[in-house]
Amino acid sequence: MKQLERKALQLRIEVLKMIYEAGSGHIGGSLSSLDILVSLFYGVMRFDPHRPFWEERDRFILSKGHSVEAYYAVLADLGFFPREELRNYCRFGSRLTGHPTTKVPGVEVNTGSLGHGLAVGAGMAMAGKMDQKGYKVYVLMGDGELGEGSVWEAAQIAAHYKLDNLIGIVDRNKLQISGCTEDILRLEDLMNKWSAFGWEVLNVDGHNFEELLKIFKAIPLTKNKPHVIIAHTTKGKGVSFMENDRSWHHRVPSKEEFEKALGELSTKLRELEENE
Amino acid sequence: MNKIALRHAIAEALFSIAQVDPRVVVVTSDARGSAGISMFFDQMPERAVEVGIAEQSAVGIAAGLALSGKKAFVFGPACFYSARSFEQIKNDVAYTGSNVKIIGVSGGVSYGPLGSTHHTLHDIALFRATPGIDVILPSDAFQANAIIKMLCERENPAYLRVGRNPVPLIYDSPKSTFNYGRGVVLRKGQDVVLIATGEVVWHALEAARLLAEAGIDATVLDMPFIKPLDEELIIEVASQIQRVVTIEEHSVYGGLGEAVTHCLSELPSVAVKILGIPDEYPVTGTQEEVYRHYGFHAEGIKGAVMDFLGKVG
Repeated sequence: MKQLERKALQLRIEVLKMIYEAGSGHIGGSLSSLDILVSLFYGVMRFDPHRPFWEERDRFILSKGHSVEAYYAVLADLGFFPREELRNYCRFGSRLTGHPTTKVPGVEVNTGSLGHGLAVGAGMAMAGKMDQKGYKVYVLMGDGELGEGSVWEAAQIAAHYKLDNLIGIVDRNKLQISGCTEDILRLEDLMNKWSAFGWEVLNVDGHNFEELLKIFKAIPLTKNKPHVIIAHTTKGKGVSFMENDRSWHHRVPSKEEFEKALGELSTKLRELEENE
Repeated sequence: MNKIALRHAIAEALFSIAQVDPRVVVVTSDARGSAGISMFFDQMPERAVEVGIAEQSAVGIAAGLALSGKKAFVFGPACFYSARSFEQIKNDVAYTGSNVKIIGVSGGVSYGPLGSTHHTLHDIALFRATPGIDVILPSDAFQANAIIKMLCERENPAYLRVGRNPVPLIYDSPKSTFNYGRGVVLRKGQDVVLIATGEVVWHALEAARLLAEAGIDATVLDMPFIKPLDEELIIEVASQIQRVVTIEEHSVYGGLGEAVTHCLSELPSVAVKILGIPDEYPVTGTQEEVYRHYGFHAEGIKGAVMDFLGKVG
């Protein structure tokens, strides 16, 4: 667990640098979803960075494509592409655009427009069933994203086809660009909504690696049902002045803010390493 | 006269390919009857996906299937697949480059009296302007059959639009030579070039026959591929004849006519007339009645061509 915590802190620093250097990015959602990504990519999923199209690989779709900085940082760290390339994030001609594309090794589908990932994931899960493959498909959605009707179309279809190899994850940080999800378009009772759509619903602390790993590894808890994990998270997690502040949905830190944030994250990382 | 609905020709061609190609899967949205693909659900249900009335997800799921190695064919009304699910087509299919073929049936005004919610007169414009997806309107059942075979061998996304009603055969057999991305010269004349796409090609051919009776000798081109467009053939023929009339069951904005005009824009001596549906929601009527109203039947095309030639000399 310590190892995952350290990795997550290192990657938070990477995300902060990418956004500051590029002058563009979605820092709040990247930081809220990072621990989920770290759990999946470093503790759960089967893949081979040298064979991104290995047929037996588990699939991951970043349906909330704006959290791409966290995704690129993870993929580069795992060796899907050279880490130095992160320095080109959002720069002219770079393949590392502000939302994921399949030009980047490890990315399964182009995303960015919300409400697309779950259907594509359901198609991949369906193909896995047709071909009797053992892979699983993970789709990470934002909570604000659930306003898109296409999510609920796909939710119905996945339940109808009993896709127990499909795992939805909701990054439940309770904030979207204009404010609190409950003020913009009420989502609650979210658990019962998914449940009524025929899904097995699980709640987890989205920053607790022990809980995340335990739940991911236990799936499927119920045969023949797709599973959704409502991961309770904090937008801007890890940087005190960004946490739970919606203005950090899509804001670039000033030099002072960058240094302050970097200082906080570096101190935490140092403390963690000293305690090991 | 032997008439076959292209949607049935396509479904049958694909069904026979699917029997030897296990990668073929079909996806539909409560439209298996109108798309004519019930046999997949009856005879190979493991490769037939029904998503209910959910066109957005039908396309998303097809993209997921394709990205997992399948050849995914989505069947449903062209009106919904060019509007309701267009964002999924743009992002999940064309932008991602997933091997999905969208088969839009009952396009143009073939739903006739059902009204403009069910007409598709904007699809060529939309798909033309979307990088990464081919746009195809076959003109008869033999050509549709040949094109389906080609699509099964290609990994790139495509949108194929057909109508609803039976149309006469233009070609002799499915073995007639069709090359991907190329047009076909159906008739050679020296006074005017008629370029048509899809199910109005037959009417253009008939119009050429009527024009011949009036002493006007027309070349007729069948242009099933709007994208990639056979610019070479269009430029070659138009350079010689210099009088071009395009005919399509689509808005005059953004369709075949504008594509041809764009391609000829550097040949200032060529005059082009675009026959299509004006910028309005069409009158109520059967497909044939709507054709007559807008002058897409042979007599109407003949009149428009003579009028055009009179104006441009």
